[in-house]
Amino acid sequence: MRWRRTTRPSPRVADVAGVTRGPSRAPGEPRPHVAYLYLAPALVVFACFMAWPLLHALYLSFYEWDGLSLGTWVGLGNYRDVLTDPELRAPFVHSLVLLVFFSALPITIGMTLAAVMSRARLRGSGFFRTVVFLPQVVAMVVVAIAWRAIYAPTGALNDTLRAFGLGALTQTWLGDPTYALSAVGLVGTWVGTGLCMVLFLAGLSKVPRELYEAATLDGAGALRQFFAVGLPALRGELAVALTLTIVAALRTFDLVYVMTSGGPGRSTRVPSFEVYRWSMQEGKVGYGVTIALLLTAVILAVTVAVNKVAEAERA
Amino acid sequence: MTSRVERVGSYLVLSVAAVIALYPLVLIIAAALRPDQVGASGGLHFENFATAWQRGNFGTYLRNSVIVSVAVVVLSAALSSMAGYAFGTMRFRGSSVLFYLLLLGLMVPSEAVIVPLYYDLKALGLTDTYVSLIFPQVAQSLAFGTFWMRAYFRSSSHELVEAARVDGAGHGRIFWSILLPMGRPALLTMVLLVFMWTWNEFLLPLVMITDESLRTAPLGLSNFQGQYTAGTALLAAAAVLVALPVVLVFLFTQRHFIRGMVEGGVKG
Repeated sequence: MRWRRTTRPSPRVADVAGVTRGPSRAPGEPRPHVAYLYLAPALVVFACFMAWPLLHALYLSFYEWDGLSLGTWVGLGNYRDVLTDPELRAPFVHSLVLLVFFSALPITIGMTLAAVMSRARLRGSGFFRTVVFLPQVVAMVVVAIAWRAIYAPTGALNDTLRAFGLGALTQTWLGDPTYALSAVGLVGTWVGTGLCMVLFLAGLSKVPRELYEAATLDGAGALRQFFAVGLPALRGELAVALTLTIVAALRTFDLVYVMTSGGPGRSTRVPSFEVYRWSMQEGKVGYGVTIALLLTAVILAVTVAVNKVAEAERA
Repeated sequence: MTSRVERVGSYLVLSVAAVIALYPLVLIIAAALRPDQVGASGGLHFENFATAWQRGNFGTYLRNSVIVSVAVVVLSAALSSMAGYAFGTMRFRGSSVLFYLLLLGLMVPSEAVIVPLYYDLKALGLTDTYVSLIFPQVAQSLAFGTFWMRAYFRSSSHELVEAARVDGAGHGRIFWSILLPMGRPALLTMVLLVFMWTWNEFLLPLVMITDESLRTAPLGLSNFQGQYTAGTALLAAAAVLVALPVVLVFLFTQRHFIRGMVEGGVKG
Protein backbone atom coordinates (compact mmCIF):
# COMPACT_ATOMS: atom_id res chain seq x y z
CA MET A 1 0.00 0.00 0.00
CA ARG A 2 2.61 2.48 -1.03
CA TRP A 3 0.10 5.07 -2.15
CA ARG A 4 -1.02 5.79 1.39
CA ARG A 5 -0.13 9.34 2.27
CA THR A 6 1.76 9.86 5.47
CA THR A 7 0.74 13.48 5.81
CA ARG A 8 -2.57 14.89 4.84
CA PRO A 9 -2.46 17.91 2.58
CA SER A 10 -4.36 20.12 4.99
CA PRO A 11 -4.79 18.73 8.50
CA ARG A 12 -7.63 20.26 10.38
CA VAL A 13 -8.76 20.31 13.97
CA ALA A 14 -11.84 18.37 12.98
CA ASP A 15 -9.73 15.35 11.97
CA VAL A 16 -8.24 15.11 15.40
CA ALA A 17 -11.46 15.66 17.24
CA GLY A 18 -13.33 13.27 14.98
CA VAL A 19 -16.08 15.83 14.57
CA THR A 20 -16.92 17.42 11.25
CA ARG A 21 -19.45 20.06 11.95
CA GLY A 22 -19.97 23.78 11.96
CA PRO A 23 -17.15 26.25 11.60
CA SER A 24 -14.36 23.68 11.04
CA ARG A 25 -15.61 23.10 7.51
CA ALA A 26 -13.58 24.81 4.84
CA PRO A 27 -15.42 27.19 2.55
CA GLY A 28 -17.65 25.25 0.19
CA GLU A 29 -16.83 21.90 1.72
CA PRO A 30 -19.91 19.68 1.54
CA ARG A 31 -21.74 18.67 4.70
CA PRO A 32 -20.90 15.19 5.99
CA HIS A 33 -24.26 13.71 5.03
CA VAL A 34 -23.50 14.41 1.37
CA ALA A 35 -20.82 11.73 1.50
CA TYR A 36 -23.37 9.15 2.55
CA LEU A 37 -25.55 10.05 -0.42
CA TYR A 38 -22.65 9.32 -2.76
CA LEU A 39 -21.93 6.07 -0.96
CA ALA A 40 -25.49 4.86 -0.62
CA PRO A 41 -25.99 3.13 -4.01
CA ALA A 42 -22.71 1.22 -3.73
CA LEU A 43 -23.34 0.24 -0.15
CA VAL A 44 -26.88 -0.98 -0.89
CA VAL A 45 -25.71 -3.23 -3.73
CA PHE A 46 -22.77 -4.42 -1.67
CA ALA A 47 -24.96 -5.18 1.33
CA CYS A 48 -27.58 -7.10 -0.68
CA PHE A 49 -25.29 -9.06 -3.00
CA MET A 50 -22.11 -9.51 -0.97
CA ALA A 51 -22.50 -8.97 2.77
CA TRP A 52 -25.92 -10.55 3.18
CA PRO A 53 -25.16 -13.74 1.20
CA LEU A 54 -21.94 -14.13 3.15
CA LEU A 55 -23.87 -14.05 6.43
CA HIS A 56 -26.43 -16.39 4.90
CA ALA A 57 -23.57 -18.76 4.04
CA LEU A 58 -22.45 -18.71 7.66
CA TYR A 59 -26.00 -19.56 8.74
CA LEU A 60 -26.30 -22.40 6.21
CA SER A 61 -23.00 -23.91 7.34
CA PHE A 62 -24.62 -24.87 10.66
CA TYR A 63 -27.38 -26.87 8.95
CA GLU A 64 -27.78 -30.06 7.05
CA TRP A 65 -29.98 -28.90 4.20
CA ASP A 66 -30.91 -30.33 0.81
CA GLY A 67 -31.98 -26.99 -0.63
CA LEU A 68 -35.69 -27.86 -0.62
CA SER A 69 -37.07 -29.16 2.67
CA LEU A 70 -36.48 -27.83 6.15
CA GLY A 71 -32.88 -27.96 7.32
CA THR A 72 -31.59 -29.72 10.44
CA TRP A 73 -29.31 -27.90 12.86
CA VAL A 74 -25.99 -29.74 13.11
CA GLY A 75 -23.88 -27.17 14.92
CA LEU A 76 -20.25 -27.48 13.89
CA GLY A 77 -20.90 -30.90 12.36
CA ASN A 78 -20.23 -29.74 8.80
CA TYR A 79 -16.93 -28.17 9.81
CA ARG A 80 -15.87 -31.34 11.61
CA ASP A 81 -16.75 -33.46 8.58
CA VAL A 82 -14.90 -31.25 6.10
CA LEU A 83 -11.77 -31.19 8.27
CA THR A 84 -11.72 -34.90 9.14
CA ASP A 85 -13.47 -36.82 6.34
CA PRO A 86 -10.69 -37.76 3.87
CA GLU A 87 -13.08 -37.48 0.92
CA LEU A 88 -13.92 -33.89 1.82
CA ARG A 89 -10.36 -33.01 2.75
CA ALA A 90 -8.80 -34.33 -0.45
CA PRO A 91 -9.75 -31.25 -2.53
CA PHE A 92 -7.68 -29.06 -0.24
CA VAL A 93 -4.72 -31.39 -0.66
CA HIS A 94 -5.12 -31.13 -4.44
CA SER A 95 -4.99 -27.34 -4.04
CA LEU A 96 -1.54 -27.68 -2.52
CA VAL A 97 -0.37 -29.52 -5.64
CA LEU A 98 -1.89 -26.82 -7.80
CA LEU A 99 0.07 -24.18 -5.87
CA VAL A 100 3.25 -25.47 -7.50
CA PHE A 101 1.77 -25.06 -10.98
CA PHE A 102 -0.24 -21.88 -10.45
CA SER A 103 2.17 -20.02 -8.20
CA ALA A 104 5.72 -21.39 -7.95
CA LEU A 105 6.25 -22.09 -11.66
CA PRO A 106 4.69 -18.90 -13.07
CA ILE A 107 6.66 -16.79 -10.60
CA THR A 108 9.94 -18.54 -11.44
CA ILE A 109 9.40 -18.47 -15.19
CA GLY A 110 7.90 -14.98 -15.14
CA MET A 111 10.85 -13.64 -13.19
CA THR A 112 13.33 -15.26 -15.54
CA LEU A 113 11.62 -13.78 -18.58
CA ALA A 114 11.38 -10.36 -16.97
CA ALA A 115 15.06 -10.45 -16.04
CA VAL A 116 16.08 -11.47 -19.56
CA MET A 117 13.87 -8.84 -21.12
CA SER A 118 14.84 -5.92 -18.92
CA ARG A 119 18.55 -6.73 -19.09
CA ALA A 120 18.94 -7.09 -22.82
CA ARG A 121 16.69 -4.13 -23.80
CA LEU A 122 15.74 -5.96 -26.93
CA ARG A 123 13.88 -4.67 -29.89
CA GLY A 124 10.32 -5.98 -29.99
CA SER A 125 10.11 -6.49 -26.26
CA GLY A 126 6.64 -4.92 -26.37
CA PHE A 127 5.57 -7.70 -28.72
CA PHE A 128 6.88 -10.42 -26.40
CA ARG A 129 5.17 -8.82 -23.44
CA THR A 130 1.82 -8.73 -25.24
CA VAL A 131 2.06 -12.29 -26.48
CA VAL A 132 3.11 -13.85 -23.18
CA PHE A 133 0.39 -11.91 -21.36
CA LEU A 134 -2.32 -12.90 -23.86
CA PRO A 135 -3.43 -16.18 -22.17
CA GLN A 136 -4.43 -14.11 -19.15
CA VAL A 137 -7.30 -12.42 -21.00
CA VAL A 138 -8.74 -15.47 -22.74
CA ALA A 139 -11.88 -16.86 -21.07
CA MET A 140 -10.99 -19.91 -18.94
CA VAL A 141 -13.64 -22.00 -20.66
CA VAL A 142 -11.93 -21.35 -23.98
CA VAL A 143 -8.52 -22.10 -22.45
CA ALA A 144 -9.90 -25.36 -21.09
CA ILE A 145 -11.27 -26.40 -24.49
CA ALA A 146 -8.02 -25.57 -26.24
CA TRP A 147 -5.97 -27.62 -23.78
CA ARG A 148 -8.40 -30.53 -23.80
CA ALA A 149 -7.67 -30.80 -27.49
CA ILE A 150 -3.93 -30.75 -26.79
CA TYR A 151 -4.17 -33.44 -24.11
CA ALA A 152 -6.55 -35.66 -26.11
CA PRO A 153 -5.30 -39.21 -26.86
CA THR A 154 -4.74 -38.20 -30.49
CA GLY A 155 -4.07 -34.58 -29.59
CA ALA A 156 -1.12 -32.33 -30.23
CA LEU A 157 0.91 -33.42 -27.22
CA ASN A 158 0.87 -37.13 -28.03
CA ASP A 159 1.37 -36.42 -31.75
CA THR A 160 4.44 -34.38 -30.93
CA LEU A 161 5.83 -37.13 -28.70
CA ARG A 162 5.32 -39.68 -31.47
CA ALA A 163 6.90 -37.42 -34.04
CA PHE A 164 10.05 -37.35 -31.93
CA GLY A 165 10.01 -41.11 -31.57
CA LEU A 166 8.88 -40.93 -27.98
CA GLY A 167 5.67 -42.87 -28.56
CA ALA A 168 6.33 -44.82 -25.37
CA LEU A 169 5.70 -41.67 -23.36
CA THR A 170 2.23 -40.97 -24.74
CA GLN A 171 -0.58 -40.97 -22.20
CA THR A 172 -4.28 -40.36 -21.93
CA TRP A 173 -3.28 -37.29 -19.94
CA LEU A 174 -6.67 -36.24 -18.62
CA GLY A 175 -7.95 -39.82 -18.33
CA ASP A 176 -5.20 -41.04 -16.04
CA PRO A 177 -5.48 -40.26 -12.30
CA THR A 178 -1.68 -40.08 -12.10
CA TYR A 179 -1.36 -37.22 -14.57
CA ALA A 180 -4.73 -35.45 -14.65
CA LEU A 181 -4.10 -33.03 -11.79
CA SER A 182 -0.67 -32.03 -13.08
CA ALA A 183 -2.04 -31.67 -16.58
CA VAL A 184 -4.68 -29.24 -15.32
CA GLY A 185 -2.05 -27.48 -13.22
CA LEU A 186 0.23 -26.95 -16.20
CA VAL A 187 -2.55 -24.97 -17.87
CA GLY A 188 -2.49 -22.72 -14.79
CA THR A 189 1.22 -22.18 -15.40
CA TRP A 190 0.51 -21.27 -18.99
CA VAL A 191 -2.14 -18.74 -17.95
CA GLY A 192 -0.35 -17.17 -14.98
CA THR A 193 3.19 -16.69 -16.30
CA GLY A 194 2.32 -13.56 -18.30
CA LEU A 195 0.84 -11.76 -15.33
CA CYS A 196 3.90 -12.51 -13.18
CA MET A 197 6.25 -11.43 -15.95
CA VAL A 198 4.44 -8.13 -16.40
CA LEU A 199 4.47 -7.45 -12.66
CA PHE A 200 8.19 -8.13 -12.39
CA LEU A 201 8.94 -6.08 -15.51
CA ALA A 202 7.22 -3.11 -13.91
CA GLY A 203 9.27 -3.65 -10.76
CA LEU A 204 12.58 -3.97 -12.59
CA SER A 205 11.93 -0.88 -14.68
CA LYS A 206 12.16 1.16 -11.49
CA VAL A 207 15.70 -0.02 -10.77
CA PRO A 208 18.18 2.70 -11.76
CA ARG A 209 20.39 1.56 -14.62
CA GLU A 210 23.47 2.85 -12.80
CA LEU A 211 23.09 0.13 -10.20
CA TYR A 212 23.57 -2.52 -12.87
CA GLU A 213 26.46 -0.64 -14.37
CA ALA A 214 28.12 -0.39 -10.98
CA ALA A 215 27.65 -4.12 -10.52
CA THR A 216 29.18 -4.75 -13.95
CA LEU A 217 32.22 -2.69 -13.02
CA ASP A 218 32.51 -4.77 -9.87
CA GLY A 219 32.76 -7.76 -12.16
CA ALA A 220 29.42 -9.33 -11.30
CA GLY A 221 28.01 -11.63 -13.95
CA ALA A 222 24.45 -11.48 -15.21
CA LEU A 223 23.18 -13.91 -12.59
CA ARG A 224 24.96 -12.22 -9.69
CA GLN A 225 23.69 -8.87 -10.90
CA PHE A 226 20.12 -10.08 -10.86
CA PHE A 227 20.31 -11.53 -7.39
CA ALA A 228 22.19 -8.54 -5.97
CA VAL A 229 20.36 -5.70 -7.71
CA GLY A 230 17.15 -6.84 -9.39
CA LEU A 231 15.66 -9.30 -6.93
CA PRO A 232 15.80 -7.07 -3.84
CA ALA A 233 13.86 -4.41 -5.76
CA LEU A 234 11.08 -6.88 -6.51
CA ARG A 235 9.88 -7.57 -2.98
CA GLY A 236 6.63 -5.67 -3.36
CA GLU A 237 5.87 -7.22 -6.75
CA LEU A 238 6.73 -10.65 -5.42
CA ALA A 239 4.18 -10.24 -2.64
CA VAL A 240 1.55 -9.23 -5.18
CA ALA A 241 2.41 -12.08 -7.52
CA LEU A 242 2.29 -14.56 -4.66
CA THR A 243 -1.07 -13.30 -3.45
CA LEU A 244 -2.68 -13.25 -6.89
CA THR A 245 -1.36 -16.63 -8.00
CA ILE A 246 -2.08 -18.42 -4.72
CA VAL A 247 -5.62 -17.12 -4.70
CA ALA A 248 -6.01 -18.18 -8.34
CA ALA A 249 -4.78 -21.68 -7.46
CA LEU A 250 -7.12 -22.02 -4.51
CA ARG A 251 -10.10 -20.78 -6.52
CA THR A 252 -9.62 -22.90 -9.64
CA PHE A 253 -13.04 -23.86 -10.92
CA ASP A 254 -13.66 -23.26 -14.62
CA LEU A 255 -10.63 -25.26 -15.71
CA VAL A 256 -11.54 -28.31 -13.65
CA TYR A 257 -15.23 -28.13 -14.50
CA VAL A 258 -14.64 -28.05 -18.24
CA MET A 259 -11.51 -30.20 -18.49
CA THR A 260 -12.14 -33.08 -16.09
CA SER A 261 -15.25 -32.49 -13.95
CA GLY A 262 -13.14 -33.58 -11.01
CA GLY A 263 -12.20 -36.90 -12.58
CA PRO A 264 -10.96 -39.39 -13.39
CA GLY A 265 -12.27 -40.79 -10.15
CA ARG A 266 -11.76 -38.02 -7.64
CA SER A 267 -8.28 -37.11 -8.77
CA THR A 268 -8.89 -33.48 -9.79
CA ARG A 269 -11.52 -32.42 -7.28
CA VAL A 270 -10.67 -28.99 -5.91
CA PRO A 271 -12.46 -26.87 -3.25
CA SER A 272 -14.44 -24.59 -5.58
CA PHE A 273 -15.56 -27.54 -7.62
CA GLU A 274 -16.69 -29.32 -4.45
CA VAL A 275 -18.64 -26.23 -3.37
CA TYR A 276 -20.55 -26.43 -6.62
CA ARG A 277 -20.92 -30.21 -6.62
CA TRP A 278 -22.19 -30.57 -3.05
CA SER A 279 -24.48 -27.57 -2.99
CA MET A 280 -25.88 -27.62 -6.51
CA GLN A 281 -25.74 -31.28 -7.55
CA GLU A 282 -25.60 -33.53 -4.50
CA GLY A 283 -28.17 -31.62 -2.45
CA LYS A 284 -25.89 -31.14 0.55
CA VAL A 285 -25.88 -27.39 0.72
CA GLY A 286 -24.45 -27.27 4.25
CA TYR A 287 -21.35 -29.20 3.20
CA GLY A 288 -20.83 -27.10 0.10
CA VAL A 289 -21.17 -23.80 1.89
CA THR A 290 -18.86 -24.95 4.69
CA ILE A 291 -16.17 -25.79 2.13
CA ALA A 292 -16.68 -22.34 0.62
CA LEU A 293 -16.26 -20.65 3.99
CA LEU A 294 -13.13 -22.60 4.84
CA LEU A 295 -11.77 -21.68 1.43
CA THR A 296 -12.54 -18.03 2.20
CA ALA A 297 -10.72 -18.32 5.52
CA VAL A 298 -7.67 -19.85 3.84
CA ILE A 299 -7.62 -17.12 1.20
CA LEU A 300 -7.90 -14.37 3.82
CA ALA A 301 -5.14 -15.96 5.90
CA VAL A 302 -2.80 -16.31 2.92
CA THR A 303 -3.43 -12.75 1.74
CA VAL A 304 -2.79 -11.31 5.19
CA ALA A 305 0.25 -13.52 5.81
CA VAL A 306 1.95 -12.74 2.50
CA ASN A 307 1.45 -9.01 2.97
CA LYS A 308 2.60 -9.10 6.58
CA VAL A 309 5.82 -10.85 5.57
CA ALA A 310 6.34 -8.41 2.71
CA GLU A 311 5.84 -5.41 4.95
CA ALA A 312 8.09 -6.79 7.67
CA GLU A 313 10.82 -7.36 5.08
CA ARG A 314 10.46 -3.84 3.79
CA ALA A 315 10.77 -2.28 7.22
CA MET B 1 26.94 -3.53 -22.99
CA THR B 2 25.53 -6.95 -23.49
CA SER B 3 27.40 -9.33 -25.67
CA ARG B 4 26.15 -10.67 -28.96
CA VAL B 5 25.89 -14.19 -27.63
CA GLU B 6 23.74 -12.96 -24.80
CA ARG B 7 21.44 -11.06 -27.14
CA VAL B 8 20.88 -14.13 -29.27
CA GLY B 9 20.30 -16.19 -26.15
CA SER B 10 17.78 -13.68 -24.87
CA TYR B 11 15.87 -13.71 -28.14
CA LEU B 12 15.88 -17.48 -28.06
CA VAL B 13 14.43 -17.65 -24.55
CA LEU B 14 11.75 -15.06 -25.31
CA SER B 15 10.85 -16.68 -28.61
CA VAL B 16 10.34 -20.04 -26.95
CA ALA B 17 8.08 -18.38 -24.36
CA ALA B 18 6.13 -16.60 -27.08
CA VAL B 19 5.66 -19.79 -29.09
CA ILE B 20 4.42 -21.66 -26.02
CA ALA B 21 2.04 -18.82 -25.16
CA LEU B 22 0.64 -18.66 -28.69
CA TYR B 23 0.61 -22.34 -29.63
CA PRO B 24 -2.70 -23.37 -27.97
CA LEU B 25 -4.40 -20.27 -29.35
CA VAL B 26 -3.13 -20.82 -32.86
CA LEU B 27 -4.15 -24.46 -32.61
CA ILE B 28 -7.74 -23.62 -31.75
CA ILE B 29 -7.98 -21.04 -34.54
CA ALA B 30 -6.63 -23.62 -36.97
CA ALA B 31 -9.15 -26.16 -35.69
CA ALA B 32 -11.94 -23.63 -36.21
CA LEU B 33 -11.07 -23.32 -39.88
CA ARG B 34 -10.96 -27.04 -40.59
CA PRO B 35 -13.84 -28.76 -42.41
CA ASP B 36 -16.60 -29.72 -40.01
CA GLN B 37 -17.66 -32.88 -41.86
CA VAL B 38 -15.43 -35.76 -42.80
CA GLY B 39 -14.74 -35.78 -46.52
CA ALA B 40 -15.44 -32.09 -47.03
CA SER B 41 -13.06 -30.20 -49.27
CA GLY B 42 -9.83 -28.74 -47.94
CA GLY B 43 -9.12 -25.06 -47.57
CA LEU B 44 -10.26 -22.65 -44.93
CA HIS B 45 -13.83 -23.06 -43.73
CA PHE B 46 -14.90 -19.67 -42.48
CA GLU B 47 -18.53 -20.79 -42.62
CA ASN B 48 -17.92 -22.65 -39.32
CA PHE B 49 -18.27 -19.34 -37.53
CA ALA B 50 -21.65 -18.69 -39.16
CA THR B 51 -22.79 -22.22 -38.34
CA ALA B 52 -21.77 -21.86 -34.70
CA TRP B 53 -23.47 -18.47 -34.60
CA GLN B 54 -26.78 -19.85 -35.89
CA ARG B 55 -27.00 -23.54 -35.18
CA GLY B 56 -24.99 -23.34 -31.99
CA ASN B 57 -27.08 -20.36 -30.84
CA PHE B 58 -23.98 -18.31 -30.17
CA GLY B 59 -25.70 -15.24 -31.58
CA THR B 60 -28.03 -15.38 -28.56
CA TYR B 61 -25.27 -16.22 -26.05
CA LEU B 62 -23.03 -13.42 -27.24
CA ARG B 63 -25.94 -10.98 -27.14
CA ASN B 64 -26.60 -11.98 -23.53
CA SER B 65 -22.94 -11.50 -22.69
CA VAL B 66 -23.00 -8.04 -24.26
CA ILE B 67 -26.12 -7.04 -22.31
CA VAL B 68 -24.75 -8.32 -19.00
CA SER B 69 -21.24 -6.89 -19.52
CA VAL B 70 -22.48 -3.45 -20.55
CA ALA B 71 -24.87 -3.28 -17.60
CA VAL B 72 -22.24 -4.44 -15.12
CA VAL B 73 -19.61 -2.07 -16.50
CA VAL B 74 -21.92 0.96 -16.50
CA LEU B 75 -23.32 0.29 -13.04
CA SER B 76 -19.96 -0.52 -11.45
CA ALA B 77 -18.33 2.53 -13.03
CA ALA B 78 -21.10 4.81 -11.79
CA LEU B 79 -21.34 3.38 -8.28
CA SER B 80 -17.60 3.06 -7.70
CA SER B 81 -16.88 6.55 -9.00
CA MET B 82 -19.45 8.01 -6.63
CA ALA B 83 -18.21 5.96 -3.69
CA GLY B 84 -14.57 6.66 -4.57
CA TYR B 85 -15.37 10.38 -4.74
CA ALA B 86 -16.86 10.30 -1.25
CA PHE B 87 -13.97 8.28 0.19
CA GLY B 88 -11.31 10.26 -1.62
CA THR B 89 -12.42 13.87 -1.11
CA MET B 90 -14.81 14.04 1.85
CA ARG B 91 -14.53 13.62 5.57
CA PHE B 92 -17.27 11.79 7.38
CA ARG B 93 -17.80 9.54 10.31
CA GLY B 94 -17.16 5.86 9.72
CA SER B 95 -15.25 6.38 6.48
CA SER B 96 -12.42 4.01 7.30
CA VAL B 97 -14.70 1.28 8.69
CA LEU B 98 -16.88 1.42 5.58
CA PHE B 99 -13.84 1.41 3.33
CA TYR B 100 -12.29 -1.64 4.94
CA LEU B 101 -15.65 -3.39 4.78
CA LEU B 102 -15.71 -2.81 1.03
CA LEU B 103 -12.11 -3.99 0.73
CA LEU B 104 -13.12 -7.27 2.27
CA GLY B 105 -15.06 -7.80 -0.93
CA LEU B 106 -11.72 -7.97 -2.76
CA MET B 107 -10.76 -11.06 -0.83
CA VAL B 108 -14.01 -12.97 -0.44
CA PRO B 109 -14.14 -15.54 -3.25
CA SER B 110 -17.38 -15.48 -5.17
CA GLU B 111 -17.86 -19.20 -4.42
CA ALA B 112 -18.79 -18.33 -0.84
CA VAL B 113 -21.42 -15.87 -1.98
CA ILE B 114 -22.96 -17.43 -5.06
CA VAL B 115 -24.58 -20.48 -3.45
CA PRO B 116 -26.53 -18.63 -0.71
CA LEU B 117 -27.33 -15.94 -3.27
CA TYR B 118 -28.83 -18.59 -5.52
CA TYR B 119 -31.27 -19.67 -2.81
CA ASP B 120 -32.06 -16.03 -1.90
CA LEU B 121 -32.80 -15.11 -5.50
CA LYS B 122 -34.72 -18.33 -6.10
CA ALA B 123 -37.01 -17.47 -3.18
CA LEU B 124 -37.65 -14.12 -4.86
CA GLY B 125 -38.18 -15.70 -8.29
CA LEU B 126 -35.13 -13.90 -9.67
CA THR B 127 -32.97 -16.77 -10.83
CA ASP B 128 -32.99 -17.12 -14.60
CA THR B 129 -33.09 -13.35 -15.05
CA TYR B 130 -30.57 -10.72 -16.11
CA VAL B 131 -30.84 -9.34 -12.57
CA SER B 132 -29.26 -12.51 -11.17
CA LEU B 133 -26.34 -12.11 -13.59
CA ILE B 134 -25.85 -8.36 -13.29
CA PHE B 135 -26.11 -7.33 -9.65
CA PRO B 136 -23.90 -10.00 -8.06
CA GLN B 137 -21.16 -9.03 -10.51
CA VAL B 138 -21.63 -5.33 -9.80
CA ALA B 139 -21.17 -6.13 -6.12
CA GLN B 140 -18.02 -8.13 -6.90
CA SER B 141 -16.56 -5.31 -8.99
CA LEU B 142 -17.37 -2.60 -6.46
CA ALA B 143 -14.55 -3.46 -4.10
CA PHE B 144 -11.89 -3.06 -6.76
CA GLY B 145 -13.68 -0.18 -8.48
CA THR B 146 -14.15 1.90 -5.34
CA PHE B 147 -10.60 1.19 -4.27
CA TRP B 148 -9.27 2.20 -7.67
CA MET B 149 -11.36 5.35 -8.02
CA ARG B 150 -10.66 6.42 -4.45
CA ALA B 151 -6.95 6.27 -5.22
CA TYR B 152 -7.56 8.51 -8.23
CA PHE B 153 -9.68 11.04 -6.33
CA ARG B 154 -7.14 11.19 -3.51
CA SER B 155 -4.33 11.84 -5.94
CA SER B 156 -6.31 14.51 -7.78
CA SER B 157 -5.30 18.04 -7.02
CA HIS B 158 -6.49 19.17 -3.65
CA GLU B 159 -5.91 22.81 -4.53
CA LEU B 160 -8.14 22.48 -7.58
CA VAL B 161 -11.01 21.16 -5.51
CA GLU B 162 -10.59 23.87 -2.91
CA ALA B 163 -10.42 26.59 -5.54
CA ALA B 164 -13.58 25.28 -7.18
CA ARG B 165 -15.31 25.21 -3.83
CA VAL B 166 -14.34 28.79 -3.10
CA ASP B 167 -15.68 29.73 -6.51
CA GLY B 168 -19.01 28.31 -5.42
CA ALA B 169 -19.01 25.03 -7.36
CA GLY B 170 -21.10 22.42 -5.53
CA HIS B 171 -19.93 18.86 -4.83
CA GLY B 172 -21.97 17.66 -7.79
CA ARG B 173 -20.32 19.98 -10.26
CA ILE B 174 -16.85 19.30 -8.93
CA PHE B 175 -17.50 15.58 -9.36
CA TRP B 176 -19.18 15.62 -12.73
CA SER B 177 -17.57 18.57 -14.54
CA ILE B 178 -14.08 18.67 -13.10
CA LEU B 179 -12.74 15.50 -11.50
CA LEU B 180 -14.50 12.83 -13.56
CA PRO B 181 -13.43 14.24 -16.96
CA MET B 182 -9.87 14.53 -15.67
CA GLY B 183 -10.03 10.98 -14.40
CA ARG B 184 -10.86 9.37 -17.73
CA PRO B 185 -7.67 7.28 -17.88
CA ALA B 186 -8.31 5.82 -14.42
CA LEU B 187 -11.95 5.21 -15.28
CA LEU B 188 -11.08 3.58 -18.61
CA THR B 189 -8.63 1.17 -16.96
CA MET B 190 -11.28 0.14 -14.45
CA VAL B 191 -13.91 -0.29 -17.16
CA LEU B 192 -11.59 -2.54 -19.18
CA LEU B 193 -10.81 -4.83 -16.27
CA VAL B 194 -14.45 -5.09 -15.17
CA PHE B 195 -15.45 -5.84 -18.74
CA MET B 196 -12.93 -8.66 -18.96
CA TRP B 197 -13.94 -10.18 -15.61
CA THR B 198 -17.63 -9.99 -16.47
CA TRP B 199 -17.34 -11.35 -19.98
CA ASN B 200 -15.25 -14.32 -18.81
CA GLU B 201 -17.29 -15.12 -15.68
CA PHE B 202 -18.46 -18.70 -15.64
CA LEU B 203 -19.55 -19.90 -12.19
CA LEU B 204 -22.28 -17.30 -11.68
CA PRO B 205 -24.23 -18.02 -14.88
CA LEU B 206 -23.65 -21.74 -14.34
CA VAL B 207 -25.43 -21.52 -10.99
CA MET B 208 -28.09 -18.92 -11.80
CA ILE B 209 -29.19 -19.82 -15.32
CA THR B 210 -31.11 -22.88 -16.50
CA ASP B 211 -33.02 -21.10 -19.28
CA GLU B 212 -31.13 -21.74 -22.51
CA SER B 213 -32.03 -18.34 -23.96
CA LEU B 214 -30.28 -16.54 -21.07
CA ARG B 215 -26.93 -18.34 -21.25
CA THR B 216 -23.87 -16.15 -21.49
CA ALA B 217 -21.15 -16.97 -24.00
CA PRO B 218 -18.82 -18.98 -21.70
CA LEU B 219 -21.75 -20.97 -20.29
CA GLY B 220 -23.11 -21.63 -23.77
CA LEU B 221 -19.67 -22.80 -24.84
CA SER B 222 -19.36 -25.18 -21.92
CA ASN B 223 -22.75 -26.72 -22.72
CA PHE B 224 -21.92 -26.85 -26.42
CA GLN B 225 -18.86 -28.89 -25.59
CA GLY B 226 -21.03 -31.41 -23.77
CA GLN B 227 -23.35 -31.83 -26.75
CA TYR B 228 -21.20 -31.77 -29.85
CA THR B 229 -18.14 -33.80 -29.01
CA ALA B 230 -17.87 -34.91 -32.61
CA GLY B 231 -17.93 -31.49 -34.23
CA THR B 232 -14.53 -30.26 -33.09
CA ALA B 233 -14.36 -27.62 -35.80
CA LEU B 234 -17.66 -26.08 -34.69
CA LEU B 235 -16.61 -26.21 -31.04
CA ALA B 236 -13.33 -24.50 -31.85
CA ALA B 237 -15.13 -21.88 -33.96
CA ALA B 238 -17.50 -21.19 -31.07
CA ALA B 239 -14.56 -20.94 -28.66
CA VAL B 240 -12.87 -18.39 -30.90
CA LEU B 241 -16.09 -16.34 -31.03
CA VAL B 242 -16.32 -16.37 -27.22
CA ALA B 243 -12.70 -15.35 -26.64
CA LEU B 244 -12.46 -12.79 -29.43
CA PRO B 245 -14.15 -9.70 -27.91
CA VAL B 246 -11.88 -9.54 -24.86
CA VAL B 247 -8.77 -10.41 -26.87
CA LEU B 248 -9.50 -7.62 -29.36
CA VAL B 249 -10.19 -5.10 -26.60
CA PHE B 250 -6.94 -6.17 -24.94
CA LEU B 251 -4.89 -5.83 -28.12
CA PHE B 252 -6.16 -2.31 -28.73
CA THR B 253 -5.88 -1.03 -25.16
CA GLN B 254 -3.09 -3.12 -23.71
CA ARG B 255 -1.27 -0.24 -22.11
CA HIS B 256 -4.29 0.57 -19.96
CA PHE B 257 -4.97 -3.08 -19.41
CA ILE B 258 -1.52 -4.02 -18.20
CA ARG B 259 -1.17 -0.86 -16.16
CA GLY B 260 -4.44 -1.69 -14.42
CA MET B 261 -3.36 -5.24 -13.66
CA VAL B 262 0.02 -4.10 -12.34
CA GLU B 263 -1.03 -1.05 -10.35
CA GLY B 264 -4.30 -2.56 -9.20
CA GLY B 265 -2.39 -5.56 -7.92
CA VAL B 266 0.37 -3.58 -6.29
CA LYS B 267 -2.14 -1.34 -4.61
CA GLY B 268 -4.42 -4.15 -3.59
